[in-house]
Amino acid sequence: MVVDKVIDKIKFSLFSPEMVRKISAAKISVPDTYNEDGYPIDGGLVDQRLGVIDPGLRCKTCGGKIRSCSGHFGHIELVRPVIHPEFAKSIFVLLKATCQSCHRVLVSKKQIDDFKAALKDEEIAEQMLASIKKLSKCPYCEAKQQDIKLEKPTTFYRGDKMLLPTEVREVLAAIPNDDLKLLGVDPEYSRPEWMVLTVLLVPPVTVRPSITLETGERSEDDLTHKLVDIMRINQRLEANINAGAPQLIIEDLWELLQYHVTTYFNNETTGIPPARHRSGRPLKTLSQRLKGKEGRFRYNLSGKRVNFSARTVISPDPNISINEVGVPLQIAQELTVPVKVTQWNLEECKKMIMRTEYPLVNYIIRPDGKRKKATEKSREELSTTLEPGCIVERQLQDGDIVLFNRQPSLHRISIMCHNVRVLPGRSFRLNLAVCPPYNADFDGDEMNLHVPQTEEARVEADLLMKVQDQIISPRHGRAIIKGQEDHVSGAYFLTRKSAEFIKGEACKILSIAGIYELPKPDRGGKYSGRLLFSQLLPKDFNLSYVSKLCREKVCKKENCEDDGYVVIKNGRLLSGAIESKGFESELIEKIVRDYGSDAAREFIDNATRMSLYVISKQGFSVNLTNYTIPEEGRKQVEEIVENAKREVDSLVVQYKNKTLARLPGRTLRETLEERIMMTLSKARNNCEDIVENHLGPENTSILMARIGSRGSILNAIQMAAMLGQQAVRGKRISRGYKGRPLIHFRRGDLGAEAKGFVTSSFRDGLNPKEYFFHSMGGRESLVNTAIRTARSGYMQRRLINALQDLVVFSDTTVRDAGGAIVEFVYGGDGNDPKKITKGGEVMTGPERE
Amino acid sequence: MGLADFRLSHFLVPKHDVLAKSRREELLSSLGVDENKLPKIKITDPQVKLLDAKVGDIIKITRKDPTRENTYYRLVVK
Repeated sequence: MVVDKVIDKIKFSLFSPEMVRKISAAKISVPDTYNEDGYPIDGGLVDQRLGVIDPGLRCKTCGGKIRSCSGHFGHIELVRPVIHPEFAKSIFVLLKATCQSCHRVLVSKKQIDDFKAALKDEEIAEQMLASIKKLSKCPYCEAKQQDIKLEKPTTFYRGDKMLLPTEVREVLAAIPNDDLKLLGVDPEYSRPEWMVLTVLLVPPVTVRPSITLETGERSEDDLTHKLVDIMRINQRLEANINAGAPQLIIEDLWELLQYHVTTYFNNETTGIPPARHRSGRPLKTLSQRLKGKEGRFRYNLSGKRVNFSARTVISPDPNISINEVGVPLQIAQELTVPVKVTQWNLEECKKMIMRTEYPLVNYIIRPDGKRKKATEKSREELSTTLEPGCIVERQLQDGDIVLFNRQPSLHRISIMCHNVRVLPGRSFRLNLAVCPPYNADFDGDEMNLHVPQTEEARVEADLLMKVQDQIISPRHGRAIIKGQEDHVSGAYFLTRKSAEFIKGEACKILSIAGIYELPKPDRGGKYSGRLLFSQLLPKDFNLSYVSKLCREKVCKKENCEDDGYVVIKNGRLLSGAIESKGFESELIEKIVRDYGSDAAREFIDNATRMSLYVISKQGFSVNLTNYTIPEEGRKQVEEIVENAKREVDSLVVQYKNKTLARLPGRTLRETLEERIMMTLSKARNNCEDIVENHLGPENTSILMARIGSRGSILNAIQMAAMLGQQAVRGKRISRGYKGRPLIHFRRGDLGAEAKGFVTSSFRDGLNPKEYFFHSMGGRESLVNTAIRTARSGYMQRRLINALQDLVVFSDTTVRDAGGAIVEFVYGGDGNDPKKITKGGEVMTGPERE
Repeated sequence: MGLADFRLSHFLVPKHDVLAKSRREELLSSLGVDENKLPKIKITDPQVKLLDAKVGDIIKITRKDPTRENTYYRLVVK
């Protein structure tokens, strides 16, 4: 990139009254807008010299029409000057920094010389302002200095006397140019008295257009309303002054003028009530237009609205590929893809226009840029006049490339490229395996769809953003697009040792996964599930790992009784059952790395479909009796509870007798709490074996926990045996009444139940006290999630703003938008996190040999 | 131990050198940039002071990163 000129600095300065008058196209003299005929009043606030917003009228300054004239500024002559509220602080500084009699800066000649000698020009001002002390005497004229006060927003006091804006202006006007330079003000561009307004610049009408309501009434912009207010008071003030009204009345009106000018600039000024519309709504004035999330910058400039997009509710569809997205017909008929007409596809396009059913043509753009809607009537004509150079906008079809997005777009895989699959219904359909990157579920989530309009955009999306290329997350280098929950359970049922199927079933299972070749039966006349599952794997696939099902201390390898050792040789699953570790990560990751993303997409599509078929065929559910442990087990749980309570009580006694041995770095009380927490959590963990033994390995909860498809053993314990200790801020519950969380306990009771230990299970139900403790813990986690999302959201915003233009170049340097180098080797090692396996690093770029 | 020694020998302070004038052109052309696109280092930086570098010099920093040794280049600015 050739850079001819580089911006060195930008200078901001003030408008002088002369300048305002010079650029003004019209002096505003009437506090009104339109006359009875609805025609702009000359000298009014929508004077035609300020530009036009009504169609048909011409601007009296430049002769331009509604779009061609961008408007011209006008001005209001204020009868009495007012302080510019946004400059009150600067005025305050200047008033304090200068002598009240001779208006020289309140720093001695010697000190100024010292500064000049020691510092650069730009640094002097900073030091000067810092060194202005409360001098009681001017070092030049020796006049006594009174205290200057600023009463926000715009009132100044000298001693006890209020300074009128005229007086402030006079004082500022008297500060010599040389002294201003010392204070960092460039008097050539910004004389300080210009901070006190004598004329007010009026923005063009195009900046504050009025809207016409259905009733034909005109509704003016908030800024126009405000300017009318300013004009009215200005005129009243003038009339009163001319009539020789008492000073008191004049000052009142003057103050009112100041109020209107202040709110005109910023209607959220602290210390004054906001100006309101007749309806009571606060007016949106200049500052409000620019500021904040809904302001000009963040809303209109950083955020733009787009065409060729759609949004609706999402729902799951396990039968479409992960690369696809189901698009409702209604949406497909609205969204279009532009097709350039050439001499080679002319006939095709003509046929397309003449179609009478679904994939229709919505618009035709003529070579001259005119847009014609294709209707039943116009079709014939449009088709015959079609010529190369036209653009035909055809409706969305199967296979079209679109971008699919779910907010909040926290990482790059929140927007991915899908292929369209037009389907009946009103919701977008997506494969369940792509829920994790979008963080989507189907409780009412909505998603957005965008149709790229140029060939380049489509190619870029297809090459870089396709779902199948995002299977490995750049965040942790593991699979993020994967079968989950029931997919895993299904795969387990299919691949455990006992799973075998007769020929008919085997055929069904394979055909569901798109496999039409039946292997030879391996279990007599039957087919093992492992054999069927193996058909999904590449023929030369080899992998072995210890799965989650392994419970043995010493691995028995292929002889594992729990199906815990997975061995795949030449694409045959020889031992072990597939659980979450294999299905969600090992298998997918290996396939992506060794066979590419096409193979991985095929595997995910087919394996999830096969799993779902298996699990729905056999059924998989829970009911209350699944969580009922027999009397024997209940006794065992009770015993554990009793033992734990006894142990806690003995700890409390030791604590009270001060015989408890303190843990290092802990007080006695902390030691007690820690020991109790340990005892109670041990008690709950001890229930694990009881629950597991009595519910049995085939219990759905236990099974899901073991294969890692959903839930944990702890969930089962809480449902079947006991809830355990409830905590707030990581401690036993202690807040509430004096010395006790609830009035049902004795003051100072340190026992298990009095501090939130819940011995009931969800199956049995909680008693009121336990229910209350559980709610306290539940409330805390709820509040935490709410706070965490808000805080991480803001952090994310700041990070995005800081990093948004950084690009990793082909030589692994990281550079910003201006080409400046930020980092010489990306990440310090040049590694692409997507390509790092758990084994070690993978080099990218030229260093990769 | 004097301060200068300390700045030279502390294990957290990477090695700083002034890039020889002869290597300058080579570096910049390999990156395809002019020196203004390099990261900056202040002339008031303790290491720069120690090397007695001038504004416009390029400092070569050899740093042991967690995965390997890397070289960084910074332009001395005032």
